[in-house]
Amino acid sequence: MIIASEVTKAYGETCVVDGVTLSLPKGGVTSIVGPNGAGKSTLLSMISRLMAMDKGSVTVDGLDVSKTPGDVLARRLSILRQDNHMTARLTVRDLVSFGRYPYSKGRLTADDKAHIERSLRYLDLEALSERFLDELSGGQRQRAFVAMVLCQDTDYVLLDEPLNNLDMKHAMGMMKLLRQAANDLGKTVVLVLHDINFASWYSDNIVAMKHGKVAAQGPVAEMIRPEVLSDIYEMDISVHTIGGQLISVYYG
Amino acid sequence: MSRRAFGILIPEALGPVRMLILAFVATLVLAVVSLFVGVSDVTLATLVSGGLDGRAMEVLLISRIPRTLAVVLAGSALAISGLVMQIIVRNRFVEPSTAGTMESAALGFLVVTIFAPGWPLMAKMVVSALFALAGTALFLRILRYVPLRDILLVPLVGIMLGGVIGAVTTFFGYRFELLASLLAWEVGDFSGVLRGRFELLWFGLAGTILAYISADRLTVAGMGEDFTTNLGVNYKAVMTLGLVIVSLVSAVVLVTVGSIPFLGLIVPNVVSLLIGDNMRRTVPWVAIGGAGFVLACDILGRVIRYPYEIPISVVVGTIGSFIFLYMLLRSKRGAANG
Amino acid sequence: MAEISAPVPSRRPAFAVSRPVLVLIILAVLALASIVLFMTLGARGGWDFVIPFRGKKLLALILVAYSIAVSTVLFQTIANNRILTPSIMGFDQLYILIQTAIAYFLGAQVLALMDPNMAFALKLVLMIGFSGVLFQWLFLSGDRSLYLLILVGIVMGVFFRSLSNFMQRMLDPNAFQVLQDTLFASFGSVDTSLLIVSYAIVAVASFVLFRMRHTLDVLSLGRPTAVNLGLDYKRVVVTLLVIVSVMVSVSTALVGPRTFFGLLVATLGYLLVGTSKHRWVIPAAVLLGIICLVGGQTLLERVFSFNTALSIIIEFLGGIIFIIFVLRGATR
Repeated sequence: MIIASEVTKAYGETCVVDGVTLSLPKGGVTSIVGPNGAGKSTLLSMISRLMAMDKGSVTVDGLDVSKTPGDVLARRLSILRQDNHMTARLTVRDLVSFGRYPYSKGRLTADDKAHIERSLRYLDLEALSERFLDELSGGQRQRAFVAMVLCQDTDYVLLDEPLNNLDMKHAMGMMKLLRQAANDLGKTVVLVLHDINFASWYSDNIVAMKHGKVAAQGPVAEMIRPEVLSDIYEMDISVHTIGGQLISVYYG
Repeated sequence: MSRRAFGILIPEALGPVRMLILAFVATLVLAVVSLFVGVSDVTLATLVSGGLDGRAMEVLLISRIPRTLAVVLAGSALAISGLVMQIIVRNRFVEPSTAGTMESAALGFLVVTIFAPGWPLMAKMVVSALFALAGTALFLRILRYVPLRDILLVPLVGIMLGGVIGAVTTFFGYRFELLASLLAWEVGDFSGVLRGRFELLWFGLAGTILAYISADRLTVAGMGEDFTTNLGVNYKAVMTLGLVIVSLVSAVVLVTVGSIPFLGLIVPNVVSLLIGDNMRRTVPWVAIGGAGFVLACDILGRVIRYPYEIPISVVVGTIGSFIFLYMLLRSKRGAANG
Repeated sequence: MAEISAPVPSRRPAFAVSRPVLVLIILAVLALASIVLFMTLGARGGWDFVIPFRGKKLLALILVAYSIAVSTVLFQTIANNRILTPSIMGFDQLYILIQTAIAYFLGAQVLALMDPNMAFALKLVLMIGFSGVLFQWLFLSGDRSLYLLILVGIVMGVFFRSLSNFMQRMLDPNAFQVLQDTLFASFGSVDTSLLIVSYAIVAVASFVLFRMRHTLDVLSLGRPTAVNLGLDYKRVVVTLLVIVSVMVSVSTALVGPRTFFGLLVATLGYLLVGTSKHRWVIPAAVLLGIICLVGGQTLLERVFSFNTALSIIIEFLGGIIFIIFVLRGATR
C-alpha cells in the first residue's frame, strides 16, 4: 500500500500539491486524472522520490520514500516519466538490461538475463532488441522504456502519462498490457492519465485531482458519474454504458 | 510616475530631453576629469604657470586631449555599432565581439601587415574593415541555417565563429612572428594614444552620425525582409549600410586602440532598459552612454593601480562580462514569467 | 569525418571482434606509435640525456591527455549533454582565477615560498569547493535551457579570465612576474615533483572512479531514470564532480586552459566506438587524447617544425565541431 500524508509542494507562491493525504491499495490499476495543472504529475514524482516534497511524507509498504536507500526502494517501486531525454546511445536490450541495475549493479546474472528476455518478450520487442533507441518510432521507444520498468520487477509500477505520443492503436495496446501486468503478474500499477475513458475502461480505481488536492477517489463505478466528473472538470459530462463499460461523453 | 530599471529609480518627471542633457553634462565632467588624471603633473595651476609652451600644456595637447577624445569617440562608436547590429540581426545579444566582426577585422589587419607592411594606416584600416564586412556577412549567412532563431543560439554561434577566426589569426600571427602585435590589437588600451595616432577614430563619429540619419530605415529593416519591402524600403541596401557602419567602426577601433569586448552589448541594452527601443530616441543615449562608460572605465583603470595602468579591455571586459551574465540570467527569469 | 559518421549498423556485426574492441586496438596501436615516435624521432645525443628529458615531457603530455579526456566525458555524463565540457563551462579559467586570487590575497612571494605541494593542495581544495558551487548553481537550481547554460558558461569563462587579468595587473610588476612563472609550467620544464604529485592525485581520483564505474552508464540515462533505478544521484554526482575538478586542476596546472581539446577527443571517442558505454568511451577518448597530443606534437614539432601551433589547430577544429554541433542540435 502507498500512503501519502499531508504531501505539499509549492513553487514560490503557487502551491502545486496542497496537503494531499491519500492511500493507494495494493494490486490492480489506479488512474490519477484531473485537469491540467491539478498537480497529478508532481504528486507522482514525489511518491516516487524523483522530487523532494516541502511537507508531508510518503510510505510504500511502510518504507518512507525520502529516508529509504535508493536501491532498496528501486526494488519495490519503479517510475516512468513521460519525457525520457537521454544522451546515451543504447540498444533496446541495453536499456531493458538497466532494469536489473538495482539488483546486479551492472554485473548481470543468469537470473537477470532471464528477466530481460521475459520483459522483451512481454512487450514484443524481441525483433527490435538490437536496434538503437534513436532509430525507433515514438511508440516503440515508449514500449522499450516500459519493458525496462517491468524488468525492474517491482511490486509497484508508476507511470506518468504513458499514452503521450502514442496513437490510438498503441495507446490501447499499452493500456491492455498494463492491465495484463496487474492481472497476471500481480503488479500494482498507478498511472497519470488525461483520457477519462481510458481510465474508466482499464482501471480499478480512480483518483481525481483538482487545484493540488484530491477531489474524489474511489472505484470506477463510483467515480465515472456525471455529477462527479462535471464537478472536477467544470463542464457538462454525461456518462453512458457501452459494452458494459462506463463511457463519458463531453463533446458539444 | 517613475519606473525602476537596474534597481535605479528613474524620475520620469525630469523629461527625456532634460535627462539627456544631464547625461551629457555628466559625460563632459568625466571627460574633464580624464584630462587631469595621469602621471605627469597636469593641473590648472601648472597649466597657467607653465604657459603655452610649458610641459603641462605639452602633455595636455599631445597626450591627454587626444586620449580623452579617443576614449569618447571609440566608446560612442562601438556602442552605436553594437546597437546597429542588434537591430539588423534582431537579437539583443549580438555586437562586434559576439559576431566574429572584431576577430575578422583583426585577421584583415594581420593579413595586410604581413603582405603590405609599408601601407599607410588608413589603407590597412580599409582592408581590415573589408575583412570585418566579410566576416559579419559570413556570420549572417550561417545564421540562415539556424531555423528557430533561438535568441541565445545567435550570439553563441557568433562567439564560436569569432574563436575559429581568432585561431586562424593566431596561427598566421605565430607563423609570421607577429604574436606580440597581435596581442596589442586584442587588448584594447588607450595608454598609447597620442596626437597623430587616433585621428582615424573620427570615422567612428561618421558612423555614429550615419546611424542616426538612417535610424528609421534600420529599424524597419530589423523587422524583416518582407516587412521592409512592403514599406517600400530597399532591404538589401539598408542591411548593407548597417553592416558597413559596423565593420568600419570595428576596424577603426581595432587599429587605433584594440578591441574592447562587450561594450556594444551592454550599453544599448542598459539604454533599452531605461528608455525603450525606439532607435531615433536611443541613438543619442547610446552614444553618450558609450562615451561615458568608457571614460569612467578608463579613469578607473588609470587611478586604481596608480602609477600603473590597467588596459581598458581588462576593465571593460570584467565589468562587461559581469553585466552580460546578469542580463543572460535575468532574461531567463523574464522568459519563465512570461 | 564522412567515414566516421557513417550510420552504425543496426544489428550487431556477425564477426567475433566487436566494433569497440577493434577501435580500441587500433587506437592503442596508434597511441603507442605516437609515443615511440615522440621518444625517438630526431633524437640526437646520448640516450641517457634524451630519455629523461623527453620522458618527463611525455609523462606530462599523457597525464594531460588522460585528465582532459576523462574529465570531459564525466562532465558530459553529469550534465547529460554532449556539448558541455568543463572548459567550455569556464572551469579551467576558474582554476586560473583561484591561482591569481591566492597570489593577490596572500601575496605572490608567499606563494613562491610556499611548499609547491601545499600550494597545489590549497588550490585543489578551493577549486573543488568553487566548482561545486558553480555547478550546483548552473545545473541543479532550476531548469535552464541548454543554450543559456552554454552561453553563461562561455561568458563566465570570459569573466573569470578578465577578473584574473585584472587582479594580475593589480599586483606590482615583480609579483606579477613571480605569478607568471608559477602560472604554467611549460612542457620543457615540468617540475618533477609536481609531476609526481599530479600522477598520485590523478591515480587516487581514478581509483575512486573505477570503484564507481557501474554508476556511469546509469547516470547517462538522465536523472529521473537513474533515480528510479535506485542510484544515490546526489552522492554520485558530487563525487564525480570532485573527480572532474581534480583532473581539470591537474591539466590546467600543467598546460593552462584548453577550450576545445576535451570536446574534440570526447566527440571523436563517442563517434568511433559507436556506443555510449563508458567502458569503451573513456579508454577511446584517452587514447585519442594521447594520439592528438603526443602524436600531434611529434608531427608538428619534428616533421613540420611548427612549435606551439598544435593548440591553435585544436582550437580551430574544436570551434568548427562546436558550431556544427550547435547548429545540428538546433535543427532537431
